[in-house]
Amino acid sequence: MLEADVNYQVVKKFIADVQEAAVGQRVLDSIQPGQQIVKIVHDELVRIMGDSDAPLQMANPGPTIIMMVGLQGQGKTTSAGKIALSLKKKGHHPLLVGADVYRPAAIRQLEVVSQQAGAKFFSLGEHADPVDICRMALGEAQRVGCDVIILDTAGRLHVDAEMMAEVKRVQSAVKPHEILFVANAMTGQDAVTSAKQFNDALPLTGVVLTQMDGDARGGAAISLINVTGCPIKFVGTGEKLDALDVFHPRRMADQILGMGDIVSLVERAQDVVDKEQAIKFQEKARKETLNLEDFLLQMQQVKKMGSIGDLVKKIPGMNKLMGEDAEFDEDELKYTEAIIYSMTLKERRNPKIINGSRRLRIADGSGCSVQDINRLLKDFEKMKKMMKQMMKGAKRRR
Amino acid sequence: MADSPRGFFGRLRESLGKTRTNLVKNVKRIITGRTVIDDEVFDELEQTLVEADLGVETALTIVKDMRRIASERKLDKPEDLYQVLKDELVQSLEPGDHTLNWRAESGPHITLIAGVNGSGKTTTAGKLAAHLTTQGKKVMLGAADTFRAAAVEQLTIWSERTGVPIVKHKDGADPAAVAFDAADAAVSRNIDCLLIDTAGRLHTKVNLMEELKKIQRVIKKRVPDAPHEVLLVLDATTGQNALMQAKLFTDALTVTGIIITKLDGTAKGGIAVSIQKQLGIPIKMIGVGEGVDDLQPFNAREFVEALFS
Repeated sequence: MLEADVNYQVVKKFIADVQEAAVGQRVLDSIQPGQQIVKIVHDELVRIMGDSDAPLQMANPGPTIIMMVGLQGQGKTTSAGKIALSLKKKGHHPLLVGADVYRPAAIRQLEVVSQQAGAKFFSLGEHADPVDICRMALGEAQRVGCDVIILDTAGRLHVDAEMMAEVKRVQSAVKPHEILFVANAMTGQDAVTSAKQFNDALPLTGVVLTQMDGDARGGAAISLINVTGCPIKFVGTGEKLDALDVFHPRRMADQILGMGDIVSLVERAQDVVDKEQAIKFQEKARKETLNLEDFLLQMQQVKKMGSIGDLVKKIPGMNKLMGEDAEFDEDELKYTEAIIYSMTLKERRNPKIINGSRRLRIADGSGCSVQDINRLLKDFEKMKKMMKQMMKGAKRRR
Repeated sequence: MADSPRGFFGRLRESLGKTRTNLVKNVKRIITGRTVIDDEVFDELEQTLVEADLGVETALTIVKDMRRIASERKLDKPEDLYQVLKDELVQSLEPGDHTLNWRAESGPHITLIAGVNGSGKTTTAGKLAAHLTTQGKKVMLGAADTFRAAAVEQLTIWSERTGVPIVKHKDGADPAAVAFDAADAAVSRNIDCLLIDTAGRLHTKVNLMEELKKIQRVIKKRVPDAPHEVLLVLDATTGQNALMQAKLFTDALTVTGIIITKLDGTAKGGIAVSIQKQLGIPIKMIGVGEGVDDLQPFNAREFVEALFS
C-alpha cells in the first residue's frame, strides 16, 4: 500500500502556503491576487527543495573530477553509470574509474556499466590501491581525451575509521570538484546520520537519492539537504541506466504551478480559507504551539476545497512522485479525522501525552491501527517543524 | 562454524553500540535514580521501547508482561526490572527455529535468497557458501541474478574463493532457467546445499515479484519439495521500511527465515524484535561486519546479552 500521507502532507503544506499568501497579500492587493499567490507558493516550494538548480560543477579547464561515496548497497556504481550516460548525452566524454577494490566484481560491474553507457573505463584491478587508481586515472583521462572523470569508490560505513581515512586520502590526492553522497531513499534516519559523518570527513557537494521508485516516503530528501547543506543533484528512479533525473527544484515548482488548474485551485483556496483563522494559525505556527485541534481545523478547510484526489491530480508533479499506479486514498482524511476525534481534548491540545496505552485506546475508538496513529503523530510533528521553518522564511522575505 | 565465539560476541556487542545508546541507556536512566516500581516507570519504559523502533504493539506487550511479572514476583527494586526486560526481549526474539538445517528429506537442500537491491544478497550467498564448506557440506551456487551488471561475476568470485561450483548463464538470461539448471545440476552431482542468488528487486514492483514466484515454481518442477528454505535478506539500516519489505516478500514467497545485514552502523537494532514479533518469521542469521565470519547464526539470548552488556 502506498503511504498516502506523503501526498497529504504536501497538500497540507500547500494550503499553509496559500494561507500565508492570503494574509501577506494585503500589501499587494492591487495587483492580481491570484498571480501573487502563485508566486509566493512557488517560492516556498523552491525554498523547501533547495533555492536553485544544482547542476554538476564543471571545472574549467577540465577534466572535471566527480567522486561517488556512500554506504554499501546504496547504488553508487549504478549511479556512476547513470551520470556518465547523462553527461555523454550532453556531449561530454566521461571516464568511469573503478576504485572499489573490496567488493568482488565491483570493478567488473562498473566496466559493464560503462560499456552500456558508452563511456570509457579505467581501473588497475582489485589488487591496486584505490588512491593509485584514482591518481592514475587523471593521466588516463588526458590520454584518451576524457573531460569528466567519475570515481566509483567502495561502500563504507561512516563508523569504519580505516575506510574513512582511505576515502579522505583519495580526496586529497585528486581533489575532486564534486563529491556526491549516494543514499538510498528508503534508509531514512540512518542515511541522515551517515550523511552527517561523511560530510564531516569530506567536503560533500551534492546528494544522489536512489531507489525513489520504491515506496520510500522521501522524507529523507529534505533532511539530507538540511544535514549536509548540499543540494540533491540527481534522483535515481529505476533499474535502467537512463532512469536518472536531474533534481531541478525550480523546474519542479514550475511544473507544479504551471497549470491553469493550479491557479484556480489557489483561488479556490483563497475563497474558503477564513482569514482570521489563517492569521491565528500562522501565529501559532510561528510559535510552534500548533496542536491537533488546529490540525483538524485545517483539514476541514482543505475538505471544503473539494476532494483531495482531485486536488492531488491537479498537481502534475505529484502524479510523478506518487508513481503511475498510485491511487490516492480518499478515506485517508476520514481516518485522520476519526483518529483525532477519538482523542480527548487534552490529548488534542498536548499530543505529547499520548503514550502507548492511549494510542491503543485511540486505535480502538477510531477503528485504525496503532501504526496509523503513530504515523499521524509523526507527520504532525514534522508538519509543525516545517511550518516553523516556513514562517521564518516568510518573515525574512517581507 | 563459530570458531571464535567470543570474537563474534565482541563484534556483535560492538555492532549493537548505537542501538545500545538508543535503547539500553534510556532504560538505565529510567531505572536508576528511582526507589520504587510505580506506574510511571512502566510508562517511561514503554515510551523508550516504542522510540527504539520496537513497534508499539511489541512494546505494549512487553511492558504488560513486565508489570505482571513484577507483581507476581513481588519485585520492589527498580533494578530488578532490568533482568525482567532482558528476559522479555529474549522471549520475544526466541520463537521459531533459528537454525538453518541444511538438510532436505532427500537430494539437495535448496535455498532461495531474495531481497531488495543493495541489501547484501550476493555477499550473504558467498558467506553462507564459505560457512557450509567449512562444515564439510558439498555446496553449489546458482547465479540467478542475471540483471545487475557483473552480479554473476561477483558470485563467481565467491565460488572461486570458497572452491564451490557455480551454475550460471549469460547476463540477461531467464533467472528461472538458471534456477532450474542449478537445481538439476545439484541433483545429478549429489550436492548437499544449493544456494540460489536472485536479483535485487523493490518489493513494490509487481512484475519483479511475479518473476520471483516463477523462480520458485520452476525449482519445484525439478525438485518438488524445494525450495526448502527461502531467505529474505534485510538491511538493518532501512528501519521500519524493512517491515514493509518483509510483508510484501512474504506475500509473494513462502519466506522461511530472515537474514539481517549491516547491523553495525545502525541505531535501529530494535527492528529485529519488531520483525520477529510482527511477522513471526525467525531470524536465522545476522551480519555485523564485512568479514566472512561476521555473518553468524542468530541466537536470541546472545543478541540480548550483547545489547545489554
